[in-house]
Amino acid sequence: MKTLLLIAIGSAIVNNVVLSQFLGICPFLGVSKKTETAAGMGGAVIFVITIASFVTSLIYKFILTPTDTQYLQTIVFILVIAALVQFVEMFLKKSIPSLYQSLGVYLPLITTNCAVLGVALTNVTKEYDILTGVVNGFATAVGFFIAITIMAGVREKIEYNDIPKPFQGTAIVLITACLMSIAFMGFSGMI
Amino acid sequence: MNKYLERLYNGIIKENPTFVLMLGMCPTLAVTTGAMNGLGMGLSTTVVLILSNLLISAFRKVIPNGVRMPAYIVIVASLVTVVEFVMKAYTPSLAAQLGVYIPLIVVNCIILGRAESYASKNPVLPSVFDGLGMGLGFTFGLTCIGIIREILGAGQLFGYQVLSLDWFTPITIFVMAPGAFLVLAVLVAIMNIVREKMEAKGKPLASPSGCLTGDCASCGQSSLCTGRKDTAKTE
Repeated sequence: MKTLLLIAIGSAIVNNVVLSQFLGICPFLGVSKKTETAAGMGGAVIFVITIASFVTSLIYKFILTPTDTQYLQTIVFILVIAALVQFVEMFLKKSIPSLYQSLGVYLPLITTNCAVLGVALTNVTKEYDILTGVVNGFATAVGFFIAITIMAGVREKIEYNDIPKPFQGTAIVLITACLMSIAFMGFSGMI
Repeated sequence: MNKYLERLYNGIIKENPTFVLMLGMCPTLAVTTGAMNGLGMGLSTTVVLILSNLLISAFRKVIPNGVRMPAYIVIVASLVTVVEFVMKAYTPSLAAQLGVYIPLIVVNCIILGRAESYASKNPVLPSVFDGLGMGLGFTFGLTCIGIIREILGAGQLFGYQVLSLDWFTPITIFVMAPGAFLVLAVLVAIMNIVREKMEAKGKPLASPSGCLTGDCASCGQSSLCTGRKDTAKTE
């Protein structure tokens, strides 16, 4: 239990997926203009990464390992993730329309989000068992949620600031990300 | 200028993936802690890019339009797996440094972007040169950023101490995570100035098509990208 908690805190805050591992930069910069949109994207990422780390761990343990084909992991994982997102979208649309309403538009955007594949591969490299893998995936996604929501909040505030012309747009967002990253480095002594 | 040289020039200078198109930002930020890592990542991406352009261009008339994206992904993922194993065998220390970012070449926007926008429409040889040009451009970009970060952050160049620690205090933050964002931010700002100057001269640069700009309409990967705006319809 204690190890799980440590892994969770480590993945969510200390080694934040966006701010220290640079995975999922594209949605982090692209979909962070409004807080609600950012939160929606974050929610969808939590949903997909948790399911994806569960399914990829299962496949790795029960299909790839027994057949001695671990070298296929990258190919298998990326295809599984792409198919999985489609399935999740169809399933939600049919069964839980209310959840689909709030997350649905973001789901197709996540198919090749590098964070999803990154988590699946990290689980394998670090030899996590299935439960640990799922916890690690969930925590990583929560870290993404935290980062993108804070970023959206900051961007709403700086929108009307007087920013030097060359720094307007992407550059100032990257500066903000830099400052957030410095702030998150403060957690590094925690574990 | 013949068309092969034109492809190389296009990839390295005119549509440089890092500086002009701003593609593949995840590896750009993550692995450029030193010039060597940047060079290694750039070259491995180049190999994948050349081979994927070659295969996709060769099979462009065989792959049905409806399943082209999954087909491209399988081709690219197989190549990345091969490159990963070759690196683990011959450059184990570099492979360990780059870690998970080697398999993540699969989801690098540049590769699927070039497959979709160039290799799937052009003959084999120009596609190979397009891949070579884009790959070298990417390598150039990563190495430049790596050099800047390594010199400011450690006073080193490709691992050799070039600035003496007697008078130079390394600004360690440049080799850590925040430094990546900071260097890229300054780079984007400089490119904004260059872009404006070139436009004033009447020679506008190609507009960035990457995720950084949020301009997804022109992105080659639009049918399966992660942060697309036109699908989100919320901004």
